[in-house]
Amino acid sequence: MKILVGVKHVPDTAARVRIAEDGVSLDEREIKMILSPYDEFALEEALRQREARGEGEVLVVSAGAETAQATLRQCLAMGADRALLIQDARYDRADGLARARALAAVARREQPALILVGKYGVGTDEGQTGPMLAELLGWPHAAAVVRLQVHGERFEAHREIEGAVEVLEGPLPAVITTEKGLNEPRYPSLQGIMAAKRKPLDVVSPQALGLDAEELGPGQRVVWERLELPSPRPACRTLEGDPDTVVAELVRLLREEAKVL
Amino acid sequence: MGQADVLVFAERREGQIKRPVLEALTAARKLATAHGGEVSALALGPGAAAHAAVAGQYGARRLLVVEAPGLELYAPEAYAVALAAAARHVEAAVVLVPATAMGRDLAPRAAARLATGCLSDVTDLEFDPRQGLRARRPVYSGKAIATVAIPKARPAFATLRPNVFPAEPTESPPAAVEPLQVAELAATPRVRVVRVEKAARGELDVAEAAIVVSGGRGLRAPENFKLVRELAEVLGAAVGASRAVVDAGWIPHAHQVGQTGKVVSPQLYIACGISGAIQHLAGMSSAKVIVAINKDPQAPIFKIATYGVVGDLFEILPRLSEAIRRLKAEG
Repeated sequence: MKILVGVKHVPDTAARVRIAEDGVSLDEREIKMILSPYDEFALEEALRQREARGEGEVLVVSAGAETAQATLRQCLAMGADRALLIQDARYDRADGLARARALAAVARREQPALILVGKYGVGTDEGQTGPMLAELLGWPHAAAVVRLQVHGERFEAHREIEGAVEVLEGPLPAVITTEKGLNEPRYPSLQGIMAAKRKPLDVVSPQALGLDAEELGPGQRVVWERLELPSPRPACRTLEGDPDTVVAELVRLLREEAKVL
Repeated sequence: MGQADVLVFAERREGQIKRPVLEALTAARKLATAHGGEVSALALGPGAAAHAAVAGQYGARRLLVVEAPGLELYAPEAYAVALAAAARHVEAAVVLVPATAMGRDLAPRAAARLATGCLSDVTDLEFDPRQGLRARRPVYSGKAIATVAIPKARPAFATLRPNVFPAEPTESPPAAVEPLQVAELAATPRVRVVRVEKAARGELDVAEAAIVVSGGRGLRAPENFKLVRELAEVLGAAVGASRAVVDAGWIPHAHQVGQTGKVVSPQLYIACGISGAIQHLAGMSSAKVIVAINKDPQAPIFKIATYGVVGDLFEILPRLSEAIRRLKAEG
Protein backbone atom coordinates (compact mmCIF):
# COMPACT_ATOMS: atom_id res chain seq x y z
CA MET A 1 0.00 0.00 0.00
CA LYS A 2 1.31 3.40 -0.93
CA ILE A 3 0.71 6.10 1.70
CA LEU A 4 1.19 9.81 1.07
CA VAL A 5 1.88 12.01 4.10
CA GLY A 6 1.44 15.76 3.74
CA VAL A 7 3.68 17.75 6.09
CA LYS A 8 4.34 21.39 6.84
CA HIS A 9 7.30 23.12 8.40
CA VAL A 10 6.25 25.65 11.00
CA PRO A 11 7.82 27.99 13.56
CA ASP A 12 8.83 26.18 16.75
CA THR A 13 5.83 26.11 19.07
CA ALA A 14 7.98 27.11 22.06
CA ALA A 15 9.24 30.24 20.33
CA ARG A 16 8.27 33.72 21.43
CA VAL A 17 6.35 35.46 18.67
CA ARG A 18 7.69 38.74 17.23
CA ILE A 19 6.09 40.63 14.38
CA ALA A 20 8.29 41.58 11.42
CA GLU A 21 8.61 45.17 10.20
CA ASP A 22 6.07 44.67 7.42
CA GLY A 23 3.39 44.32 10.11
CA VAL A 24 1.97 41.18 8.56
CA SER A 25 4.52 38.43 8.93
CA LEU A 26 6.37 36.73 11.70
CA ASP A 27 9.93 37.80 12.41
CA GLU A 28 11.53 34.47 11.64
CA ARG A 29 15.07 35.39 12.58
CA GLU A 30 16.15 33.25 15.52
CA ILE A 31 13.06 31.09 15.10
CA LYS A 32 13.71 27.43 14.47
CA MET A 33 11.42 25.79 11.93
CA ILE A 34 10.09 22.38 12.91
CA LEU A 35 7.85 19.63 11.54
CA SER A 36 4.30 20.59 12.58
CA PRO A 37 3.54 18.41 15.65
CA TYR A 38 0.27 17.05 14.20
CA ASP A 39 2.14 15.96 11.07
CA GLU A 40 4.39 13.84 13.27
CA PHE A 41 1.32 11.79 14.20
CA ALA A 42 0.46 11.46 10.50
CA LEU A 43 3.93 10.23 9.58
CA GLU A 44 4.11 7.86 12.55
CA GLU A 45 0.74 6.35 11.60
CA ALA A 46 1.90 5.85 8.00
CA LEU A 47 5.07 4.11 9.18
CA ARG A 48 3.04 1.83 11.48
CA GLN A 49 0.66 0.90 8.67
CA ARG A 50 3.63 0.00 6.46
CA GLU A 51 5.28 -1.97 9.25
CA ALA A 52 2.06 -3.84 10.12
CA ARG A 53 1.72 -4.97 6.51
CA GLY A 54 5.38 -5.68 5.93
CA GLU A 55 5.08 -3.92 2.58
CA GLY A 56 4.24 -0.55 1.12
CA GLU A 57 5.78 2.81 0.57
CA VAL A 58 5.58 6.05 2.57
CA LEU A 59 5.98 9.24 0.54
CA VAL A 60 6.18 12.59 2.37
CA VAL A 61 5.19 15.73 0.51
CA SER A 62 5.43 19.37 1.48
CA ALA A 63 4.79 22.68 -0.24
CA GLY A 64 6.91 25.52 1.06
CA ALA A 65 10.18 27.35 1.14
CA GLU A 66 13.59 25.77 0.47
CA THR A 67 14.10 25.44 4.24
CA ALA A 68 11.36 22.79 4.28
CA GLN A 69 13.95 20.40 2.80
CA ALA A 70 15.40 19.98 6.28
CA THR A 71 11.96 19.03 7.61
CA LEU A 72 11.54 16.47 4.84
CA ARG A 73 15.00 15.06 5.58
CA GLN A 74 13.86 14.59 9.17
CA CYS A 75 10.81 12.66 7.91
CA LEU A 76 13.12 10.43 5.89
CA ALA A 77 15.19 9.88 9.04
CA MET A 78 12.05 8.82 10.91
CA GLY A 79 11.51 6.17 8.23
CA ALA A 80 9.70 7.60 5.19
CA ASP A 81 10.90 6.10 1.89
CA ARG A 82 11.04 9.21 -0.24
CA ALA A 83 10.19 12.89 -0.13
CA LEU A 84 8.98 15.59 -2.48
CA LEU A 85 9.06 19.36 -1.98
CA ILE A 86 6.91 21.63 -4.10
CA GLN A 87 9.23 24.52 -3.58
CA ASP A 88 7.83 28.03 -3.38
CA ALA A 89 8.17 30.20 -0.28
CA ARG A 90 4.72 31.67 -0.91
CA TYR A 91 3.12 28.40 0.18
CA ASP A 92 4.00 29.24 3.77
CA ARG A 93 1.32 31.94 3.63
CA ALA A 94 -0.98 30.38 1.03
CA ASP A 95 -4.55 29.50 1.91
CA GLY A 96 -5.83 25.98 2.47
CA LEU A 97 -7.09 25.55 -1.08
CA ALA A 98 -3.76 26.44 -2.68
CA ARG A 99 -1.97 23.98 -0.39
CA ALA A 100 -4.61 21.31 -1.02
CA ARG A 101 -4.26 21.78 -4.79
CA ALA A 102 -0.51 21.24 -4.53
CA LEU A 103 -0.97 17.98 -2.62
CA ALA A 104 -3.79 16.90 -4.95
CA ALA A 105 -1.51 17.32 -7.97
CA VAL A 106 0.99 14.94 -6.39
CA ALA A 107 -1.74 12.51 -5.28
CA ARG A 108 -3.08 12.26 -8.83
CA ARG A 109 0.36 11.23 -10.07
CA GLU A 110 1.19 8.90 -7.22
CA GLN A 111 -2.23 7.27 -6.68
CA PRO A 112 -1.78 6.45 -2.97
CA ALA A 113 -4.40 4.33 -1.18
CA LEU A 114 -4.27 6.57 1.89
CA ILE A 115 -3.29 10.18 2.57
CA LEU A 116 -2.43 11.27 6.10
CA VAL A 117 -1.96 14.90 7.16
CA GLY A 118 -1.89 16.64 10.54
CA LYS A 119 -5.21 18.12 11.68
CA TYR A 120 -3.65 21.54 11.18
CA GLY A 121 -0.31 23.21 10.72
CA VAL A 122 0.47 24.86 14.03
CA GLY A 123 0.86 28.59 13.61
CA THR A 124 -1.83 29.28 11.04
CA ASP A 125 -4.06 26.83 12.98
CA GLU A 126 -6.59 26.50 10.17
CA GLY A 127 -7.18 22.81 9.54
CA GLN A 128 -8.32 23.30 5.96
CA THR A 129 -5.83 21.34 3.86
CA GLY A 130 -7.03 17.81 4.66
CA PRO A 131 -10.79 18.19 4.04
CA MET A 132 -10.10 20.40 1.00
CA LEU A 133 -7.68 17.85 -0.45
CA ALA A 134 -10.29 15.10 -0.04
CA GLU A 135 -12.87 17.22 -1.83
CA LEU A 136 -10.52 18.00 -4.74
CA LEU A 137 -9.78 14.29 -5.16
CA GLY A 138 -13.40 13.26 -4.63
CA TRP A 139 -12.33 11.00 -1.77
CA PRO A 140 -13.90 10.49 1.66
CA HIS A 141 -12.15 11.98 4.67
CA ALA A 142 -12.13 11.84 8.44
CA ALA A 143 -10.63 14.73 10.39
CA ALA A 144 -8.86 15.01 13.78
CA VAL A 145 -8.62 11.25 14.16
CA VAL A 146 -7.38 9.70 17.42
CA ARG A 147 -7.67 6.04 16.38
CA LEU A 148 -7.41 4.52 12.92
CA GLN A 149 -7.92 0.98 11.67
CA VAL A 150 -7.56 -0.09 8.05
CA HIS A 151 -9.14 -3.40 7.02
CA GLY A 152 -8.74 -4.28 3.35
CA GLU A 153 -10.42 -1.55 1.36
CA ARG A 154 -12.08 0.20 4.31
CA PHE A 155 -11.15 2.33 7.29
CA GLU A 156 -12.62 2.97 10.71
CA ALA A 157 -11.67 6.23 12.39
CA HIS A 158 -12.41 7.64 15.84
CA ARG A 159 -12.58 11.39 16.33
CA GLU A 160 -13.18 13.42 19.45
CA ILE A 161 -16.10 15.81 19.32
CA GLU A 162 -17.63 17.92 22.08
CA GLY A 163 -18.10 15.50 24.97
CA ALA A 164 -18.11 12.32 22.85
CA VAL A 165 -16.24 10.24 20.29
CA GLU A 166 -17.55 9.76 16.76
CA VAL A 167 -16.73 6.55 14.92
CA LEU A 168 -16.66 6.94 11.15
CA GLU A 169 -16.43 4.25 8.50
CA GLY A 170 -15.61 4.68 4.86
CA PRO A 171 -13.84 3.26 1.83
CA LEU A 172 -10.27 3.79 0.67
CA PRO A 173 -8.71 5.74 -0.88
CA ALA A 174 -9.30 8.36 1.80
CA VAL A 175 -7.76 11.37 3.49
CA ILE A 176 -7.27 11.15 7.26
CA THR A 177 -6.17 14.10 9.40
CA THR A 178 -4.43 13.23 12.64
CA GLU A 179 -4.92 14.46 16.20
CA LYS A 180 -2.75 14.11 19.29
CA GLY A 181 -3.46 10.80 21.00
CA LEU A 182 -3.34 8.73 17.80
CA ASN A 183 0.16 7.43 18.53
CA GLU A 184 3.52 8.31 20.05
CA PRO A 185 5.79 9.51 17.25
CA ARG A 186 9.24 7.91 17.20
CA TYR A 187 12.52 9.79 17.27
CA PRO A 188 14.82 9.34 14.30
CA SER A 189 17.50 6.73 15.11
CA LEU A 190 21.15 7.37 14.27
CA GLN A 191 20.83 4.65 11.66
CA GLY A 192 17.73 6.38 10.30
CA ILE A 193 19.55 9.70 10.08
CA MET A 194 22.41 8.08 8.14
CA ALA A 195 19.99 6.24 5.83
CA ALA A 196 18.03 9.45 5.18
CA LYS A 197 21.04 10.98 3.45
CA ARG A 198 20.76 8.42 0.67
CA LYS A 199 16.97 8.49 0.27
CA PRO A 200 15.44 10.46 -2.61
CA LEU A 201 14.29 14.03 -1.88
CA ASP A 202 12.94 15.57 -5.05
CA VAL A 203 12.27 19.26 -5.51
CA VAL A 204 9.80 20.56 -8.08
CA SER A 205 8.26 23.93 -8.87
CA PRO A 206 4.47 24.45 -8.71
CA GLN A 207 4.56 25.08 -12.46
CA ALA A 208 6.13 21.68 -13.12
CA LEU A 209 3.03 20.11 -11.54
CA GLY A 210 0.76 22.27 -13.66
CA LEU A 211 -0.26 24.41 -10.68
CA ASP A 212 -1.47 27.98 -11.08
CA ALA A 213 1.02 30.24 -9.32
CA GLU A 214 -1.42 33.14 -9.56
CA GLU A 215 -3.30 31.97 -6.47
CA LEU A 216 -0.03 32.22 -4.51
CA GLY A 217 0.56 35.81 -5.53
CA PRO A 218 -1.57 38.89 -6.11
CA GLY A 219 -4.65 36.86 -7.05
CA GLN A 220 -4.83 34.99 -3.79
CA ARG A 221 -8.22 34.26 -2.28
CA VAL A 222 -7.28 34.80 1.34
CA VAL A 223 -5.17 37.87 2.11
CA TRP A 224 -3.26 38.40 5.34
CA GLU A 225 -3.56 42.10 6.06
CA ARG A 226 -2.08 42.53 9.51
CA LEU A 227 -0.44 40.58 12.30
CA GLU A 228 -0.30 41.97 15.81
CA LEU A 229 0.37 40.86 19.34
CA PRO A 230 -2.71 40.39 21.51
CA SER A 231 -3.55 43.43 23.60
CA PRO A 232 -2.01 43.01 27.05
CA ARG A 233 -4.41 41.89 29.74
CA PRO A 234 -5.07 44.25 32.65
CA ALA A 235 -2.72 43.76 35.60
CA CYS A 236 -3.49 40.88 37.91
CA ARG A 237 -5.22 41.64 41.18
CA THR A 238 -3.45 39.50 43.76
CA LEU A 239 -5.35 38.08 46.72
CA GLU A 240 -3.34 36.98 49.73
CA GLY A 241 -4.12 36.10 53.31
CA ASP A 242 -5.95 33.37 55.17
CA PRO A 243 -7.88 31.00 52.89
CA ASP A 244 -11.34 31.93 54.18
CA THR A 245 -10.85 35.65 53.57
CA VAL A 246 -9.27 35.06 50.16
CA VAL A 247 -12.10 32.81 48.99
CA ALA A 248 -14.78 35.21 50.21
CA GLU A 249 -13.08 38.10 48.41
CA LEU A 250 -12.61 36.06 45.21
CA VAL A 251 -16.28 35.07 45.11
CA ARG A 252 -17.30 38.69 45.69
CA LEU A 253 -15.07 39.91 42.83
CA LEU A 254 -16.26 37.22 40.42
CA ARG A 255 -19.83 38.09 41.22
CA GLU A 256 -19.85 41.86 41.54
CA GLU A 257 -16.89 43.09 39.50
CA ALA A 258 -16.37 40.46 36.78
CA LYS A 259 -20.05 39.41 36.80
CA VAL A 260 -19.27 35.86 35.74
CA LEU A 261 -21.04 34.02 38.56
CA MET B 1 -30.80 38.09 -4.25
CA GLY B 2 -28.75 40.81 -2.64
CA GLN B 3 -24.98 40.88 -2.54
CA ALA B 4 -24.97 40.59 1.22
CA ASP B 5 -26.95 37.40 1.75
CA VAL B 6 -25.57 35.14 4.45
CA LEU B 7 -26.04 31.40 4.91
CA VAL B 8 -25.55 29.82 8.34
CA PHE B 9 -24.98 26.12 8.85
CA ALA B 10 -27.29 25.10 11.70
CA GLU B 11 -25.48 22.17 13.24
CA ARG B 12 -27.73 19.68 15.03
CA ARG B 13 -26.78 17.11 17.59
CA GLU B 14 -29.38 14.61 18.76
CA GLY B 15 -32.07 16.72 17.18
CA GLN B 16 -31.00 19.89 18.97
CA ILE B 17 -29.59 23.16 17.64
CA LYS B 18 -26.36 24.00 19.38
CA ARG B 19 -25.66 27.34 21.04
CA PRO B 20 -22.79 28.24 18.64
CA VAL B 21 -25.40 28.17 15.86
CA LEU B 22 -27.36 30.92 17.66
CA GLU B 23 -24.13 32.90 17.91
CA ALA B 24 -23.50 32.43 14.17
CA LEU B 25 -27.08 33.42 13.31
CA THR B 26 -26.75 36.58 15.38
CA ALA B 27 -23.43 37.44 13.68
CA ALA B 28 -24.99 36.72 10.28
CA ARG B 29 -27.92 39.00 11.01
CA LYS B 30 -25.56 41.85 11.84
CA LEU B 31 -23.46 41.33 8.69
CA ALA B 32 -26.44 41.01 6.38
CA THR B 33 -28.75 43.75 7.62
CA ALA B 34 -26.05 46.41 7.40
CA HIS B 35 -26.11 45.93 3.60
CA GLY B 36 -29.71 44.99 2.90
CA GLY B 37 -28.95 41.28 2.84
CA GLU B 38 -30.94 38.41 4.21
CA VAL B 39 -30.01 35.42 6.38
CA SER B 40 -30.81 31.81 5.53
CA ALA B 41 -30.00 28.75 7.59
CA LEU B 42 -29.42 25.13 6.56
CA ALA B 43 -30.33 22.20 8.80
CA LEU B 44 -29.80 18.55 7.85
CA GLY B 45 -31.41 15.26 8.82
CA PRO B 46 -34.89 14.06 9.78
CA GLY B 47 -36.83 16.63 11.79
CA ALA B 48 -34.68 19.56 10.63
CA ALA B 49 -37.78 21.65 9.88
CA ALA B 50 -38.57 21.74 13.61
CA HIS B 51 -35.98 24.51 14.05
CA ALA B 52 -37.88 27.12 12.04
CA ALA B 53 -38.94 29.06 15.14
CA VAL B 54 -35.50 29.30 16.73
CA ALA B 55 -33.83 30.01 13.37
CA GLY B 56 -36.30 32.84 12.79
CA GLN B 57 -35.90 34.17 16.30
CA TYR B 58 -32.15 34.59 15.82
CA GLY B 59 -32.39 36.17 12.41
CA ALA B 60 -32.98 33.66 9.59
CA ARG B 61 -35.73 34.46 7.09
CA ARG B 62 -35.48 31.05 5.45
CA LEU B 63 -34.62 27.62 6.80
CA LEU B 64 -33.43 25.24 4.11
CA VAL B 65 -33.80 21.62 5.11
CA VAL B 66 -32.57 18.33 3.69
CA GLU B 67 -34.37 15.67 5.71
CA ALA B 68 -32.79 12.58 4.11
CA PRO B 69 -32.36 9.72 6.62
CA GLY B 70 -28.68 9.22 5.71
CA LEU B 71 -27.93 12.65 7.21
CA GLU B 72 -29.01 11.84 10.76
CA LEU B 73 -25.41 11.63 11.94
CA TYR B 74 -22.43 13.51 10.54
CA ALA B 75 -21.31 12.40 7.09
CA PRO B 76 -18.42 14.65 5.98
CA GLU B 77 -18.85 14.30 2.22
CA ALA B 78 -22.65 14.42 2.11
CA TYR B 79 -22.86 17.37 4.49
CA ALA B 80 -20.35 19.29 2.33
CA VAL B 81 -22.37 18.51 -0.79
CA ALA B 82 -25.52 19.81 0.90
CA LEU B 83 -23.88 22.94 2.31
CA ALA B 84 -22.32 23.84 -1.05
CA ALA B 85 -25.65 23.25 -2.81
CA ALA B 86 -27.44 25.47 -0.30
CA ALA B 87 -24.86 28.24 -0.73
CA ARG B 88 -25.40 28.11 -4.48
CA HIS B 89 -29.16 27.97 -4.08
CA VAL B 90 -29.39 31.16 -2.02
CA GLU B 91 -26.46 32.77 -3.88
CA ALA B 92 -24.85 33.48 -0.53
CA ALA B 93 -22.11 36.10 -0.36
CA VAL B 94 -21.00 34.75 3.02
CA VAL B 95 -21.31 31.32 4.63
CA LEU B 96 -20.90 31.12 8.41
CA VAL B 97 -20.28 27.83 10.21
CA PRO B 98 -19.73 27.38 13.95
CA ALA B 99 -16.11 26.31 14.61
CA THR B 100 -17.18 23.15 16.42
CA ALA B 101 -15.62 19.74 15.77
CA MET B 102 -18.15 19.30 12.96
CA GLY B 103 -17.87 22.81 11.56
CA ARG B 104 -14.08 22.83 11.43
CA ASP B 105 -14.27 19.63 9.42
CA LEU B 106 -17.19 20.58 7.18
CA ALA B 107 -16.55 24.22 6.20
CA PRO B 108 -13.23 23.71 4.35
CA ARG B 109 -14.60 20.76 2.40
CA ALA B 110 -17.66 22.73 1.31
CA ALA B 111 -15.49 25.75 0.48
CA ALA B 112 -13.21 23.61 -1.70
CA ARG B 113 -16.28 22.32 -3.52
CA LEU B 114 -17.06 25.93 -4.45
CA ALA B 115 -13.36 26.75 -5.12
CA THR B 116 -13.49 29.54 -2.60
CA GLY B 117 -11.68 30.66 0.55
CA CYS B 118 -12.35 30.03 4.22
CA LEU B 119 -11.32 32.02 7.32
CA SER B 120 -10.97 29.58 10.22
CA ASP B 121 -11.90 30.02 13.86
CA VAL B 122 -12.50 33.76 13.71
CA THR B 123 -13.26 35.94 16.74
CA ASP B 124 -14.40 39.09 14.94
CA LEU B 125 -16.04 39.65 11.56
CA GLU B 126 -17.00 42.43 9.19
CA PHE B 127 -18.43 42.37 5.71
CA ASP B 128 -18.84 44.86 2.93
CA PRO B 129 -20.05 43.81 -0.52
CA ARG B 130 -17.17 45.72 -2.16
CA GLN B 131 -14.35 44.87 0.21
CA GLY B 132 -15.44 41.37 1.07
CA LEU B 133 -15.23 39.47 4.32
CA ARG B 134 -12.64 40.52 6.86
CA ALA B 135 -11.94 38.79 10.16
CA ARG B 136 -9.62 38.72 13.10
CA ARG B 137 -8.39 35.35 14.24
CA PRO B 138 -5.90 34.16 16.82
CA VAL B 139 -2.86 32.54 15.21
CA TYR B 140 0.25 30.88 16.65
CA SER B 141 -2.21 29.49 19.22
CA GLY B 142 -3.24 32.91 20.36
CA LYS B 143 0.27 34.35 20.59
CA ALA B 144 -0.66 36.74 17.77
CA ILE B 145 -3.83 38.04 16.14
CA ALA B 146 -4.10 38.11 12.35
CA THR B 147 -6.44 40.26 10.30
CA VAL B 148 -7.35 38.22 7.23
CA ALA B 149 -9.70 38.92 4.36
CA ILE B 150 -11.42 37.32 1.40
CA PRO B 151 -11.78 40.37 -0.85
CA LYS B 152 -13.22 38.81 -4.00
CA ALA B 153 -14.01 35.10 -3.79
CA ARG B 154 -17.69 34.30 -3.15
CA PRO B 155 -19.18 32.89 -1.16
CA ALA B 156 -16.63 33.76 1.50
CA PHE B 157 -16.61 31.12 4.24
CA ALA B 158 -15.78 31.64 7.89
CA THR B 159 -15.93 29.40 10.93
CA LEU B 160 -16.78 31.21 14.20
CA ARG B 161 -15.10 30.36 17.47
CA PRO B 162 -17.76 29.32 20.01
CA ASN B 163 -18.43 31.54 23.07
CA VAL B 164 -16.99 34.66 21.42
CA PHE B 165 -19.93 36.08 19.46
CA PRO B 166 -23.09 36.96 21.42
CA ALA B 167 -26.36 35.08 20.80
CA GLU B 168 -29.15 37.67 20.78
CA PRO B 169 -32.75 36.70 20.04
CA THR B 170 -35.22 39.01 18.32
CA GLU B 171 -39.02 39.11 18.07
CA SER B 172 -38.90 37.84 14.47
CA PRO B 173 -41.35 35.21 13.22
CA PRO B 174 -40.33 31.62 12.40
CA ALA B 175 -38.14 31.14 9.34
CA ALA B 176 -39.89 29.94 6.19
CA VAL B 177 -39.09 26.26 5.76
CA GLU B 178 -37.87 25.31 2.30
CA PRO B 179 -36.96 21.71 1.46
CA LEU B 180 -33.77 21.73 -0.64
CA GLN B 181 -33.36 19.18 -3.39
CA VAL B 182 -29.73 18.09 -3.73
CA ALA B 183 -29.33 15.94 -6.81
CA GLU B 184 -25.70 14.98 -6.04
CA LEU B 185 -26.58 13.33 -2.70
CA ALA B 186 -26.16 9.56 -2.74
CA ALA B 187 -28.80 7.46 -0.96
CA THR B 188 -26.20 6.30 1.55
CA PRO B 189 -23.15 8.47 2.25
CA ARG B 190 -19.84 6.67 1.51
CA VAL B 191 -18.30 7.88 4.74
CA ARG B 192 -20.42 8.52 7.79
CA VAL B 193 -20.57 8.34 11.53
CA VAL B 194 -21.73 4.84 12.44
CA ARG B 195 -21.85 5.36 16.18
CA VAL B 196 -21.20 7.96 18.85
CA GLU B 197 -19.52 6.96 22.10
CA LYS B 198 -20.49 9.28 24.92
CA ALA B 199 -17.95 10.61 27.36
CA ALA B 200 -18.41 9.57 30.96
CA ARG B 201 -21.38 11.20 32.75
CA GLY B 202 -22.08 13.53 29.84
CA GLU B 203 -18.99 15.59 30.63
CA LEU B 204 -18.89 19.09 29.24
CA ASP B 205 -16.24 19.75 26.62
CA VAL B 206 -13.62 22.41 27.39
CA ALA B 207 -13.97 23.93 23.92
CA GLU B 208 -17.64 24.80 24.32
CA ALA B 209 -18.04 25.41 28.05
CA ALA B 210 -18.65 28.92 29.37
CA ILE B 211 -16.57 28.10 32.45
CA VAL B 212 -13.45 25.90 32.54
CA VAL B 213 -11.66 24.72 35.69
CA SER B 214 -8.20 23.31 34.91
CA GLY B 215 -5.66 21.42 36.96
CA GLY B 216 -1.92 21.07 36.64
CA ARG B 217 1.17 19.68 38.35
CA GLY B 218 0.35 21.60 41.52
CA LEU B 219 -2.30 18.96 42.25
CA ARG B 220 0.64 16.62 42.99
CA ALA B 221 -1.24 13.38 42.26
CA PRO B 222 -3.93 12.22 39.82
CA GLU B 223 -6.44 11.43 42.60
CA ASN B 224 -6.37 15.09 43.64
CA PHE B 225 -8.10 15.99 40.38
CA LYS B 226 -11.27 15.37 42.39
CA LEU B 227 -10.82 18.86 43.88
CA VAL B 228 -10.90 20.34 40.38
CA ARG B 229 -13.85 18.15 39.36
CA GLU B 230 -15.78 19.16 42.45
CA LEU B 231 -15.36 22.86 41.71
CA ALA B 232 -16.24 22.28 38.05
CA GLU B 233 -19.37 20.45 39.08
CA VAL B 234 -20.71 23.21 41.34
CA LEU B 235 -19.97 25.78 38.62
CA GLY B 236 -21.41 23.69 35.79
CA ALA B 237 -17.96 23.96 34.22
CA ALA B 238 -15.80 21.74 32.03
CA VAL B 239 -12.61 20.16 33.42
CA GLY B 240 -9.37 21.21 31.71
CA ALA B 241 -5.77 20.19 32.24
CA SER B 242 -2.23 21.26 31.48
CA ARG B 243 -0.10 19.33 29.04
CA ALA B 244 2.15 18.12 31.86
CA VAL B 245 -0.59 16.16 33.61
CA VAL B 246 -2.03 14.84 30.33
CA ASP B 247 1.41 13.57 29.31
CA ALA B 248 1.74 12.03 32.78
CA GLY B 249 -1.49 10.12 32.12
CA TRP B 250 -3.53 11.72 34.91
CA ILE B 251 -6.38 12.66 32.56
CA PRO B 252 -7.20 12.01 28.87
CA HIS B 253 -5.99 14.31 26.12
CA ALA B 254 -9.52 15.54 25.38
CA HIS B 255 -9.13 17.73 28.49
CA GLN B 256 -5.84 19.33 27.47
CA VAL B 257 -5.87 23.10 27.05
CA GLY B 258 -3.00 24.67 25.14
CA GLN B 259 -1.09 24.57 21.92
CA THR B 260 -1.29 20.83 21.30
CA GLY B 261 -4.66 20.58 23.03
CA LYS B 262 -7.72 22.76 22.76
CA VAL B 263 -7.83 26.50 22.45
CA VAL B 264 -10.62 27.87 24.60
CA SER B 265 -12.31 31.26 25.10
CA PRO B 266 -14.63 30.79 28.08
CA GLN B 267 -16.17 33.55 30.20
CA LEU B 268 -14.26 32.26 33.21
CA TYR B 269 -11.10 30.14 33.35
CA ILE B 270 -9.81 28.91 36.70
CA ALA B 271 -6.25 27.56 36.61
CA CYS B 272 -5.42 25.43 39.65
CA GLY B 273 -1.79 24.55 40.23
CA ILE B 274 -0.82 25.48 36.67
CA SER B 275 2.40 27.45 36.41
CA GLY B 276 1.57 28.80 32.95
CA ALA B 277 3.98 27.42 30.37
CA ILE B 278 3.83 29.43 27.14
CA GLN B 279 2.09 26.58 25.36
CA HIS B 280 -0.67 26.48 27.99
CA LEU B 281 -1.15 30.26 27.99
CA ALA B 282 -1.55 30.04 24.22
CA GLY B 283 -4.67 27.95 24.71
CA MET B 284 -6.56 30.06 27.26
CA SER B 285 -5.28 33.64 27.27
CA SER B 286 -8.37 34.86 25.40
CA ALA B 287 -10.67 33.85 28.28
CA LYS B 288 -12.69 36.83 29.53
CA VAL B 289 -11.77 36.38 33.19
CA ILE B 290 -8.84 34.27 34.42
CA VAL B 291 -8.40 33.14 38.00
CA ALA B 292 -5.02 31.63 38.90
CA ILE B 293 -4.51 29.65 42.09
CA ASN B 294 -0.87 28.85 42.69
CA LYS B 295 1.46 28.85 45.65
CA ASP B 296 4.38 30.32 43.67
CA PRO B 297 3.89 34.12 43.35
CA GLN B 298 6.44 34.14 40.50
CA ALA B 299 4.43 31.68 38.34
CA PRO B 300 3.94 33.09 34.80
CA ILE B 301 0.20 32.37 35.00
CA PHE B 302 -0.16 35.45 37.24
CA LYS B 303 1.04 37.67 34.38
CA ILE B 304 -2.17 37.05 32.47
CA ALA B 305 -4.57 36.36 35.35
CA THR B 306 -7.39 38.75 36.23
CA TYR B 307 -7.40 37.56 39.82
CA GLY B 308 -4.44 35.77 41.35
CA VAL B 309 -4.70 33.72 44.49
CA VAL B 310 -1.28 33.07 45.98
CA GLY B 311 -1.92 30.13 48.22
CA ASP B 312 -2.29 26.43 48.78
CA LEU B 313 -4.86 25.02 46.39
CA PHE B 314 -5.59 22.18 48.84
CA GLU B 315 -6.91 24.85 51.22
CA ILE B 316 -8.48 27.12 48.60
CA LEU B 317 -10.35 24.72 46.31
CA PRO B 318 -12.61 23.01 48.89
CA ARG B 319 -13.53 26.39 50.38
CA LEU B 320 -14.21 27.86 46.95
CA SER B 321 -16.44 24.92 45.98
CA GLU B 322 -18.32 25.26 49.25
CA ALA B 323 -18.74 29.05 48.87
CA ILE B 324 -20.11 28.67 45.36
CA ARG B 325 -22.39 25.83 46.42
CA ARG B 326 -23.84 28.13 49.09
CA LEU B 327 -24.19 30.95 46.59
CA LYS B 328 -26.09 28.72 44.16
CA ALA B 329 -28.31 27.43 46.95
CA GLU B 330 -29.26 31.01 47.82
CA GLY B 331 -30.14 31.51 44.15
